[in-house]
Amino acid sequence: MRFIHYFTGSIHFFLQAALLTLELTAAALAMGTVIGLIFALMKISGRKPLRYIADIYITVIRGTPLIVQLFVIYFGLASVVDFGSFWSAAIALAIHNGAYIAEIFRAGIQSIDRGQAEAARSLGMNYKLTMRRIILPQAFKRIIPPLGNQFIIGLKDSSMAAFVTVPELFGVAMQLASNHFADLQFYSIAGLYYLALVLMFTLLVNWLERRLQVEKIQ
Amino acid sequence: MIKVHGLNKWFGKMQVLKDVNLAVREKEVVVLIGASGSGKSTLLRCLNFLEHPEKGRIEFDGRAVNPAQDDLNLLRRDMGMVFQHFNLFPHMTVLGNVIEAPVMVKRMRREEAVAEAKLLLAKVGLADKVDAYPCHLSGGQQQRVAIARSLAMHPRVMLFDEPTSALDPELVGEVLAVMKQLAKEGMTMIVVTHEMGFAREVADRVLFMDEGQIIETGTPEQIFERPVHPRTRDFLSKVLWGPFPQPAAGILQNNVFAGYSTAAV
Ligand SMILES: Nc1ncnc2c1ncn2[C@@H]1O[C@H](COP(=O)(O)OP(=O)(O)O)[C@@H](O)[C@H]1O
Ligand SMILES: [Mg+2]
Repeated sequence: MRFIHYFTGSIHFFLQAALLTLELTAAALAMGTVIGLIFALMKISGRKPLRYIADIYITVIRGTPLIVQLFVIYFGLASVVDFGSFWSAAIALAIHNGAYIAEIFRAGIQSIDRGQAEAARSLGMNYKLTMRRIILPQAFKRIIPPLGNQFIIGLKDSSMAAFVTVPELFGVAMQLASNHFADLQFYSIAGLYYLALVLMFTLLVNWLERRLQVEKIQ
Repeated sequence: MIKVHGLNKWFGKMQVLKDVNLAVREKEVVVLIGASGSGKSTLLRCLNFLEHPEKGRIEFDGRAVNPAQDDLNLLRRDMGMVFQHFNLFPHMTVLGNVIEAPVMVKRMRREEAVAEAKLLLAKVGLADKVDAYPCHLSGGQQQRVAIARSLAMHPRVMLFDEPTSALDPELVGEVLAVMKQLAKEGMTMIVVTHEMGFAREVADRVLFMDEGQIIETGTPEQIFERPVHPRTRDFLSKVLWGPFPQPAAGILQNNVFAGYSTAAV
């Protein structure tokens, strides 16, 4: 029953760390979603240079490990400005998730029938209005399941921030494990916290999906 | 009102429009007929620059449109377009569909736009569907909403691309009735359709398109009763279905009728 002992004894540390994990994830995914939307629009744009830039970004990010990106950005940023470890990690995670979110947005936008944009344009709506009022609201409903999935991956991947000294869940687990010589117990406890967060988040996504489904859509 | 000079359009290596010339006067109703793939939709879509022609000139109200410099959104406000598949916005109610462009593009006050939208919906016979969503309407009703949505921008010309081709036969009539009413009110219209009864009754001029060219032009009587070009005759004999009000003798003699009846118009 040493496990229970460790669990109850560390609740205070882990709850604080879980909060940091949530903050890190929220910051990273909020920025990542904006980045994703921008690059998705670049990728479907009529301008070749924009498409090209988006292609390079997505290819590089998807083709390299997150831990490498995290270190490159952490040390790269540190040599220019000091954002602190939290924001360096948040920016790195945002850039990482942004590439996947860009592909999710692109697929969602392109799944909307071309006739929708044509009808909007034929009414005199410009590109921005057409996107904002006609395409994105429809695409959004289709994007929610894959986006929720990516958010869960982003939440779990935020554990990598421990390696750039952010004291989030995994970082605290590493610390406690080495202090108490109890690796198995503390890493298992960290896993339980991640699982709880993911389950909470899954419920939220499911609820959102159901809500959008009862609205009238074709 | 609309003049087209030497319009050419390619899709890759395939030339879809070949030196098309066309002039449409104010209040004129022009019906465009021709086999599938002959370039009718492309021509219509070039008029409001949903497609960009590689060569040729399009004049609107005596001014040549320069797509590189002119604000095409302004041009498109003046040209309503009705599509084969309606293309209503599924996430908005019928009313939302109709007021969207007046409010967002013309910056009309919402109450004003709503009042006008209700009048327009009443005009197309859908006053009771204001708050319905498109997915709850029949095809004929959806197309009438699409027409009202276009009219809400007060276009100077209406382009129709096979507006009844996606409808069940019994729903064709209600859409054609609205279009007829529009024509009667003096709307300038360019209509791509296979509804020959509508063409005969409403068109001032019928154009026959074949492989990217307009190869025959004339009044409905000329085109349907005395088609000159062999391709026109060939096409009409294949397409003409259902009874005319007064069947055209010239066509009837060498025709294979499909015995297919479209709704009374
Ligand atoms: N976006 C496009 N890309 C490539 N080919 C196209 C495109 N749109 C139409 N076409 C081709 O152009 C030709 C004319 O098409 P269209 O104007 O739709 O004819 P219609 O409306 O008379 O049936 C067809 O062969 C069609 O396959
Ligand atoms: Mg067509």
